[in-house]
Parts: sequence; C-alpha cells; structure tokens
Amino acid sequence: MKFGVVRFPGSCDETDALLACRRYADAEILWHGDRDLHGVDAVVVPGGFSYGDYLRVGAIARFSPVMEAVGELAASGGHVLGICNGFQVLCEAGLLPGALLPNAGRRFLCRQVDVEVVRADSPFTRMAAPGQILSIPVKHTTGRYYAPGEVLESMNAHGQIILRYAEGHNPNGSVGDVAGVSNEAGNVMGLMPHPEHAVDALTGSEDGGVIFESLASVAIAA
Amino acid sequence: MLIRPKEGILDPQGQAVERALPALGFTGVEEVRVGRVVELEIEDASLLDAMCQKLLANPLVEDYEIQLVDP
Repeated sequence: MKFGVVRFPGSCDETDALLACRRYADAEILWHGDRDLHGVDAVVVPGGFSYGDYLRVGAIARFSPVMEAVGELAASGGHVLGICNGFQVLCEAGLLPGALLPNAGRRFLCRQVDVEVVRADSPFTRMAAPGQILSIPVKHTTGRYYAPGEVLESMNAHGQIILRYAEGHNPNGSVGDVAGVSNEAGNVMGLMPHPEHAVDALTGSEDGGVIFESLASVAIAA
Repeated sequence: MLIRPKEGILDPQGQAVERALPALGFTGVEEVRVGRVVELEIEDASLLDAMCQKLLANPLVEDYEIQLVDP
C-alpha cells in the first residue's frame, strides 16, 4: 500500500501529510506537473494555497496534469483524500459535490475543533467508531461547505456526509455542520479539518491518525 | 464578465462593505454583493459562456454576466 501526496505550487501541508501517511504505509510526493502517479494506490491532495488561490480556491489546480491522473484513479475506484485546499480542489474538479465558500465570519480561523464521525464504514473512517469525536485543527478562510438543498438531500440519502462538526464546533457556517463528505461511490473524500496535523500527542492530538490508518488498512483498490 | 455570488448565498464580504458604508455617512444601502470582473480581448465571443462555465465562475455558487464592448 502506497500513498501519493500531491505538491502544487503553493501547497504547504504536503510534508505533514506525507509524514502522516508514512506512519501507516509507504508514501511519496507527486509533482503537480507530472501525469504519472508512480503506481500509488491512494492519493492525498493536501492543504495550502495551490496556484496562489487565484480566481477561486482550487479553480486553477484542478486543471493541472496530476489532477487528470487523479481523476482517472478516482474513476477506476482508487481512493482520493482531499484536505482543506485539497477538498476545495476536488470540489472544483467535480470529484466531490458542493463548494467551499468564505467563512461566514470573514476571518481566517485557526483552532482545534471537535469533529464527529458520522459514517464509520467508509474507507476513510473504518478504523474509527461511529459517533467518535476527533479533536482536529482547522485553519482556513474559505471553509464554509455549501451544497444546494436537493444535492444535500441526495448526499444524506446516499450516506455521503462522513464527518460533521460536533455541536457548537462549526467554525465557518458550513451547511448542516458538514466537515467532510464523500462522492456517491464512496472512494473520494474531502474534509476541511487537518488530520495530518493531529497525528502526534506532541502537537496536542493524535485523533487525525485514524483517517490515514483507515485508508492504509483498505485493501488495494481493485 | 461580471461574476457575483448567487442570490441567497451568504456573501460575508458584501456584508462587511454594507456595514462599513453607514460609518462613512452613506445610508440607505442594502443587499451589497461583492464579486469580480474579468476583462479580456477575444476574437470569438461565442466562447465566453463556456469559459465562464468551465473556469471563470463556479456556476454552483456564482452567477455571471457577459458584457461585450467593441474597442
């Protein structure tokens, strides 16, 4: 099992993501201009400010050569995890439903939040317990999850809401306290909180590790 | 191309501007929406709509309007 972590110009969390992946499996960095995924089994699209967040967050990154390959991996059932800016990129790429909008409170937020595992049967959360609360930091300006009502209904019906902010912990005005969602097939997930920053007690929490551990434990995608 | 947040979608930037204006004596202002303008020169204006759909706007959350100006 090998993870690939994408590096765009302007990424800043790829090293933490790489180190988080390496706690549970092999992992290497994938360059944004490289169409070749080097045979990795799962891809992490990390946080940061890809392409300077020009135009709209994630809007330019989705057209990079590596994202073409990531799209193909996702279409063939491979696992893709987008964190923060990576979540924004996956939404822009149409690999996940919805969009991320500026925080309701306008400010950049950097704080620890409680996140509830809504679905513990996804490839990204299978090592967690249903309803488990994870303490994970958020740090973003554009993290307000939005999807039109009918899309949200369909997502609920298909069990695509994987993570929610615990009661009173929604930092950005996300609709329905949504913190992390998957595509309908369940093999692509995005979340605004940063599990890669919460894998060692030294930095306050190890709760984020379960996301990488879950993914590493999934049998290699057929 | 004029691109703005769709109606009904909270626009925190617009709200901040709306709150700032009365402080400068500009009263009676409501429903401020802040968007962006993309200017470009193009031979074939029929491409502009696809350009907005694919890249310049996110049709899920933004409306766009195309204005043609002859040089």
